[in-house]
Amino acid sequence: MKITGAQALIKSLEIEKVKYVFGYPGGAILPVYDALNYSKIKHILTRSEQAAAHAASGYARVSGNVGVCMATSGPGATNLVTGIATAYMDSIPIIAITGQVSTSVIGKDVFQEVDITGATAPFTKHNYLIKDANDIPRIVKEAFYIASTGRPGPVLIDLPKDVAETKINFKYPENISLRGYKPNIIGHSLQISRAAELINKSRCPVICAGGGINSAGAEEELMQLAEKTCIPVVTTLMGIGAFPANHPLHMGMIGMHGIPAANKTVTEADLVIAAGSRFADRTVGKVEGFAPKAKIIHIDIDPAEIGKNIQAHIPIVGDVKQILGEIVKKVEHKVPSAWNEYASSLKKLKEEENLGSHSDERLNPIEIIRQLSNKTKGKAIITTEVGCHQMWTAQYYEFIKPRTFISSGGLGTMGYGLPAAIGAQMAKKDEMIINICGDGSFQMNLTEMATAVENNLPVKIVLFNNSGLGLVRQLQEFYCDKRYNQVYFSFVPDFIKLAESYNFKAMRIQKQSEISDAIDSLISHEGPFLLECILDINENVYPMVLNGSPINEMIGG
Amino acid sequence: MKTTLSVLVENQPGVLSRIAGLFSRRGFNIDSLAVGTTENPDISRMTIVVEGDEYVVEQVKKQLNKLVDVIKVSKIIPEDSVTRELVLIKVDADSHMRSEIIQIAEIFRASIVDVSQKSLTIELTGDKDKIAAFEELLRPFGIKELVRTGVIAVNRGANTIKIEEEV
Ligand SMILES: Cc1ncc(C[n+]2csc(CCOP(=O)(O)OP(=O)(O)O)c2C)c(N)n1
Ligand SMILES: [Mg+2]
Repeated sequence: MKITGAQALIKSLEIEKVKYVFGYPGGAILPVYDALNYSKIKHILTRSEQAAAHAASGYARVSGNVGVCMATSGPGATNLVTGIATAYMDSIPIIAITGQVSTSVIGKDVFQEVDITGATAPFTKHNYLIKDANDIPRIVKEAFYIASTGRPGPVLIDLPKDVAETKINFKYPENISLRGYKPNIIGHSLQISRAAELINKSRCPVICAGGGINSAGAEEELMQLAEKTCIPVVTTLMGIGAFPANHPLHMGMIGMHGIPAANKTVTEADLVIAAGSRFADRTVGKVEGFAPKAKIIHIDIDPAEIGKNIQAHIPIVGDVKQILGEIVKKVEHKVPSAWNEYASSLKKLKEEENLGSHSDERLNPIEIIRQLSNKTKGKAIITTEVGCHQMWTAQYYEFIKPRTFISSGGLGTMGYGLPAAIGAQMAKKDEMIINICGDGSFQMNLTEMATAVENNLPVKIVLFNNSGLGLVRQLQEFYCDKRYNQVYFSFVPDFIKLAESYNFKAMRIQKQSEISDAIDSLISHEGPFLLECILDINENVYPMVLNGSPINEMIGG
Repeated sequence: MKTTLSVLVENQPGVLSRIAGLFSRRGFNIDSLAVGTTENPDISRMTIVVEGDEYVVEQVKKQLNKLVDVIKVSKIIPEDSVTRELVLIKVDADSHMRSEIIQIAEIFRASIVDVSQKSLTIELTGDKDKIAAFEELLRPFGIKELVRTGVIAVNRGANTIKIEEEV
């Protein structure tokens, strides 16, 4: 029996075990939405396409499966763009499906036509414009394979309306034949042996765990390596959660707003084992000043990351899970050394800093994060927006499980956190999902509260309201001689009323003494909840590494 | 430093724009790019001359390899390869000048492909140096137009740049 291209698309998604699609309908994608009527795939209607892409990303990051979003042609497709680029920069596997005008009128600037494959080529792992409906099953299969293997990333499929309406004989291919795509999975055994030797010889080694550990599910191998060799572990922003923050060897996040103990450990190290990290600029600071005494072992699935930012002495291309597993077998047991003592002493300093300076009259954002961390035992899934609140979360929430810190690292996309929380909650219905957000970011996608409520998702929001763009204000303080421009909001809505109008339970706090009870209320409430915390906008994020400085030169560190 | 890369790609719409886009987005400089189908009509071969140091060339190769439509990237070693480019040059040539220009063309084994009252159009094939020398000699006559195909290259001997067929 023949089925339409749109039906073939939906059937292919079903074969790929897709449970949810986040999206927004429109004219060019009508056939696909019509076909969805007859599918068991659940469609989550967001309030903008950007949110659909972010939700698919949040879903992918928490579940480990490919997230799917869809939109109509033209403005629907362009609204997806920020979400696709965000996923690309953080190597998140999502499939974006867009409707397109019919093939006969492509290139004629007809209503809602936009060249979305052209537009997204630089920030998709691959994309397709389907010209022949018979190609649909193959292309969907390839798209899932490309998105989820090797270094994961977004793949876009553009489906013209007439192709979606064309009838075909459906047959889902069994195999994939992509001669231009063969990700390297197995690490080179000689390089692995050399790495193990270097680890055995080193006296001041440190492991730098990146987002690759989270995406490859390599946390156990990482733990085995760290514990067998007593090597301290720092993480990048994307690597948060890969190694439990309550572990004695855990040093914290490195980078521009890294934990001083972590930044100093890397700077003093004689060996850095970078596992699943791309040495992003925000992570390494001034390149020449990054781990200046160290040899570098660089493990990454993407050969193009080797030597791109930091020269490696021992590069190993492949799956970080497999490679760490092999390295663990080859390294010698070690007992804690003077180096471990030094690292621990740096950590103690962290515990003493940053407390006490706040009277009860002012909320200390760090204290809020700490209490949230304690009261959820570090086990909540936290999404963030972008700004000061994001950095405090990264620094002070003690994440103990992988795939629980869901934040836009590479692109730094405000508006990511709330839709990502919705996707995360769809993936883990029984876990607590908390979006820690700033008032600026929240106002970019706050309409997604409707999506949460509509789908009975009990997402929690902790809103750090400093009536402005705190992190940009901080940049202007340092780089523009305090010439503040466009960083204060002179009108701030009543977020409590706003949240209540979306059927969220809402509460506002302004004093230190209110934190504990408020967080208890947030945690114990069964439905969606917004906790607004009134903060002083002059509250900066420290430490801060200035542009062009090495990461051990920190202001306030 | 200039490096010549031979790139085998799927012969599909959009591939050229992907590759051109990659170069502009990553700030790589292309000196020339020539493209056409190969002995296998499903595969096109691009010969790209890249300007940049070793680091840049390494990055270009790796980033090209990341494109799904790119099947193989190989570096062309100048000593082990033959490189050629075709150029069409239209020069000012009234009846006085014509014979002198034709003489130069003969020395270079170039051919005259079009003649008019006031111009001559010459076709020359050769490597970079030969074409540069020819252009230099014609310049005094007045070059009205110059078009080149971009370099193509092939390894010397029995060596080939092909895809490894799967067994
Ligand atoms: C979409 C987008 N636009 C602009 C920026 C630049 N930016 C980075 S942080 C920030 C301020 C964020 O304000 P808010 O969400 O209130 O967080 P705060 O720093 O105040 O905690 C801005 C504007 C960005 N990261 N993303
Ligand atoms: Mg703010």
